Amino acid sequence: MHEVDMTKCLLLSMEEWKRGQEPQTPVVTAVHLQVGAFTCVEPEALRFTFAAAVQGSWLDGSTLEIESVPLRARCLACSSAYNPDPERAYRSPCCDRPMEEIVSGRELRIRSVDYSLPHQISDPAAVPPR
Amino acid sequence: MHMPLSDTLGLNLLAANQHQAEHNREHFEAWNLLCLNVMSSPGAGKTSLLERTITALAPQLEMAVLEGDMTTQLDAQRLEAVGVPVVPITTGRACHLDAAMVSGGLRQLQARLNPADLDLLWVENVGNLVCPAEFEVGEHLKVALLSVTEGEDKPLKYPVMFREADCVLITKVDLLPYLSIDVSRIEAHIHAVNPEAVVFQLSASSGAGLDAWHQWLLATTRERSCRAELAEVG
Repeated sequence: MHEVDMTKCLLLSMEEWKRGQEPQTPVVTAVHLQVGAFTCVEPEALRFTFAAAVQGSWLDGSTLEIESVPLRARCLACSSAYNPDPERAYRSPCCDRPMEEIVSGRELRIRSVDYSLPHQISDPAAVPPR
Repeated sequence: MHMPLSDTLGLNLLAANQHQAEHNREHFEAWNLLCLNVMSSPGAGKTSLLERTITALAPQLEMAVLEGDMTTQLDAQRLEAVGVPVVPITTGRACHLDAAMVSGGLRQLQARLNPADLDLLWVENVGNLVCPAEFEVGEHLKVALLSVTEGEDKPLKYPVMFREADCVLITKVDLLPYLSIDVSRIEAHIHAVNPEAVVFQLSASSGAGLDAWHQWLLATTRERSCRAELAEVG
C-alpha cells in the first residue's frame, strides 16, 4: 500500500515545516490536504495510515482533513472545461480532443496547518508571520 | 495562552521526496548525464529490453543501471551479464523507488566509477503501474513500458502513469499474431491521456522496432548534452 510511503513523505514534509517554526514547537490540531482525483492516492487509505503513523509522534492528536479535488481538463479546441471520463478515454465531450490540459486533479498538496504555540506570550509581534 | 493559528503552506505532500529528487538531478547535471526512469507493470519486459538496448548502444554510450527490485537481485545479475555497471537497490516492502533510495544507489555507484564518465543512467523501477508515477527520483525523462499482452485498456485504467510518461514503449509486439489485440487502440488510448507522449512499438525478443527506439535514445542523450554545454557557454 503506497499510502504508507505517501504518509511517510507527508510526515517528512511536516518535519520540514516544523523546523521552520523553531525555536517554537507548534502543537498541530489539523493538517489540511488537497488530493486530486487524478493521482495514485486513495484518501481513505491515507487517513488510515496517517492515524496509525502519528501515534506517539509530535503530530499525535492532529486530524487529517482531506479535500478531494475533481479531475478537470480544458479542451484546447474550444477552451471549455470538462470532466474527463475514463469511459470516453478522457477525451473532451465537446470536440473529442485528447486530454491535453489538466486544470485540476493532480493536487497532492498540504494546503494548510492548524496549530497553536504553547507558552505563547500575548505579544502580537511574537506571532509568526502568516 | 493558546492562540489557534493556521499556516497556509501550499506545499507538495511529497515535498520531502521532491527536494531529494532535485538534489539528485543537480548531480546528474553536474555529471552531464541523462537519467531515465523506466517503469511498467511486473513482467512487461523492462529487464529484457535493457539487455538488448544496452548491448546495442554500448559502443556509442557509457551507461550504468540502478536496479530497483523488491526482494531479489536477479535482474541486477542479468544486466551485469551484459557488461554494464549495475547497483541493485532492494526496496523491501516498498513498491517503488523514491529519491532517497536512488541517492543511496548513486553513492554506491560513485564508489565504483566516476559518474561524470557516463552518458546515460538507467533507473529500472520496481514493477508497478501505480505509485512509481508519483515518486520522482530526479530523472530527466520517464519511460513507461506496456506489453501487448496486458490489454488495450491499461492506459485508461492506469492513466497517471501514462500521463506522466514522456516516452511509452509498447513491448512484445512479436506476440501480436497470437492475440486479439489491436495495437493501434493501445496507442490511441495512450495518446488520449497523453497526446505528447513519444510512442514506440517494439519487441526485445524479435528485435522489431528497436532501431527507432535506439535512435531516439541517442538523439535524446546528445540533445541533453548539447543543451548543457550551451548553458555553460552562456
